[in-house]
Amino acid sequence: MAEAEESPGDPGTASPRPLFAGLSDISISQDIPIEGEITIPVRSRIREFDSSTLNESVQNTIMRDLKAVGKKFMHVLYPRRSNTLLRDWDLWGPLILCVTLALMLQRGSADSEKDGGPQFAEVFVVVWFGAVTITVNSKLLGGNISFFQSLCVLGYCILPLTVAMLICRLVLLAEPGPINFMVRLFVVTVMFAWSVVASTAFLADSQPPNRKALAIYPVFLFYFVISWMILTFTP
Amino acid sequence: MATTAAPTGAARNGAGPEWGGFEENIQEPLSSQGGGSAVIDMENMDDTSGSSFEDMGELHQRLREEEVDADAAAAEEEDGEFLGMKGFKGQLSRQVADQMWQAGKRQASRAFSLYANIDILRPYFDVEPAQVRSRLLESMIPIKMVNFPQKIAGELYGPLMLVFTLVAILLHGMKTSDTIIREGTLMGTAIGTCFGYWLGVSSFIYFLAYLCNAQITMLQMLALLGYGLFGHCIVLFITYNIHLHALFYLFWLLVGGLSTLRMVAVLVSRTVGPTQRLLLCGTLAALHMLFLLYLHFAYHKVVEGILDTLEGPNIPPIQRVPRDIPAMLPAARLSSTVLNATAKAVAVTLQSH
Repeated sequence: MAEAEESPGDPGTASPRPLFAGLSDISISQDIPIEGEITIPVRSRIREFDSSTLNESVQNTIMRDLKAVGKKFMHVLYPRRSNTLLRDWDLWGPLILCVTLALMLQRGSADSEKDGGPQFAEVFVVVWFGAVTITVNSKLLGGNISFFQSLCVLGYCILPLTVAMLICRLVLLAEPGPINFMVRLFVVTVMFAWSVVASTAFLADSQPPNRKALAIYPVFLFYFVISWMILTFTP
Repeated sequence: MATTAAPTGAARNGAGPEWGGFEENIQEPLSSQGGGSAVIDMENMDDTSGSSFEDMGELHQRLREEEVDADAAAAEEEDGEFLGMKGFKGQLSRQVADQMWQAGKRQASRAFSLYANIDILRPYFDVEPAQVRSRLLESMIPIKMVNFPQKIAGELYGPLMLVFTLVAILLHGMKTSDTIIREGTLMGTAIGTCFGYWLGVSSFIYFLAYLCNAQITMLQMLALLGYGLFGHCIVLFITYNIHLHALFYLFWLLVGGLSTLRMVAVLVSRTVGPTQRLLLCGTLAALHMLFLLYLHFAYHKVVEGILDTLEGPNIPPIQRVPRDIPAMLPAARLSSTVLNATAKAVAVTLQSH
């Protein structure tokens, strides 16, 4: 070892010496195992992984995606400071929630005199364009979250409001009255607060610390508009 | 080894005839590369030790270099084959297609990065919460100094958020008063009204400012009018919940007047000449105050007599039929009032046809 250390540090050698020539005097004992793969394994392994998900049955794919969506639903219902939603984002959950909400909020018939509720397209457009606007705003304020991650979080945090819509629908089956309205108001307010808190837990870390309020306010407005649509819905 | 071979290859290329030169050029990198790797290989083989880790590192680097060289050699080989008339048509069409693809991709990515780059807007959103708060409060305080141009903050976050807040308040008001929109949607109407006012009136006043030679840019005008909507938001939020006419008129004069005075003062400080000042500021004041009046009455409640006389035989396609609702909002009486008002609305439409 001493020879190996001396030879590279020797400035007097004019001729360029081969790299490991100084180590030729050292021998290894035979019981150190020297084995391993010489080929570079990374690329071939990725190709194997891709083809394996392509060949699996449709049921496996759907169940895997549904499980991922369900896991994210659990994260939204019990919001902790985690980045599960951010790490592997997907837009299946937001799509399911948005379509469910829009279907339930649909107006009875197109030319009814009573304005029962918005149309399907209205809810859809409000949800998606609202989410896009909030994402662009948070990126412009200096947040380091990607476009689709933000869409994913905002879409998943509509889950409490969808639950509120289901409850309101059930409550509306009973007789109308002030108690009816108060119950619905209470449920929608609680779920609105839950949505805002859940999305804050996920989004707050990606913003610069002094601008969190600026990024959270449009989220508040967005869920307020959706809550208002839910609260004022009459079948 | 490879570096020593290349200059000689180039020299040979320039000196000799073209066909021979190219063939030698092809062979040169391969042989030199093989020679280089062979030399390094021999060195490593001599060692009976060294950690396998260092060997692996050397091996990986050599494999990577081999790959790069193989790619370069393959490309040169392809060129050589092309020029050497082997598989001429296939090579030519493939190369042309490849070049077109590259050119198209380059153009598309350039256009995308030019137009879809949101970083253009980034400097206008560079604000702190404290700044936004102070600007909101300042928008209600008219400043008396009109002798030198007053500073307008050119940011878009505050105005944009205020327009969205106005949309939300409008929706709340329309729902509370059971406004019906035929052949339109509530959301669409609210968004269209608010954004239309903000962008349209800003552009119009900017155009007038250009005529009157006022020193204001489009961004500053957008910011000024946006912050002027703060007064509107406050007035509408209060009066949509407390339905008293006298209260509305008081707030209209006080709060609306204050925010209008502030905008007028800023514009006066940036305009020269009494006629120009009068034109510009009179227009802005009229539009701003009338907009508040319109928002309150058209989306909240209208005296039914005015509606009947104004509309007459021609009913516009988007027809709003607001209802008169009692001061409190008891849900029990809501259904009966809705029924009465529905009957009235049907009567109105039948009368006009």
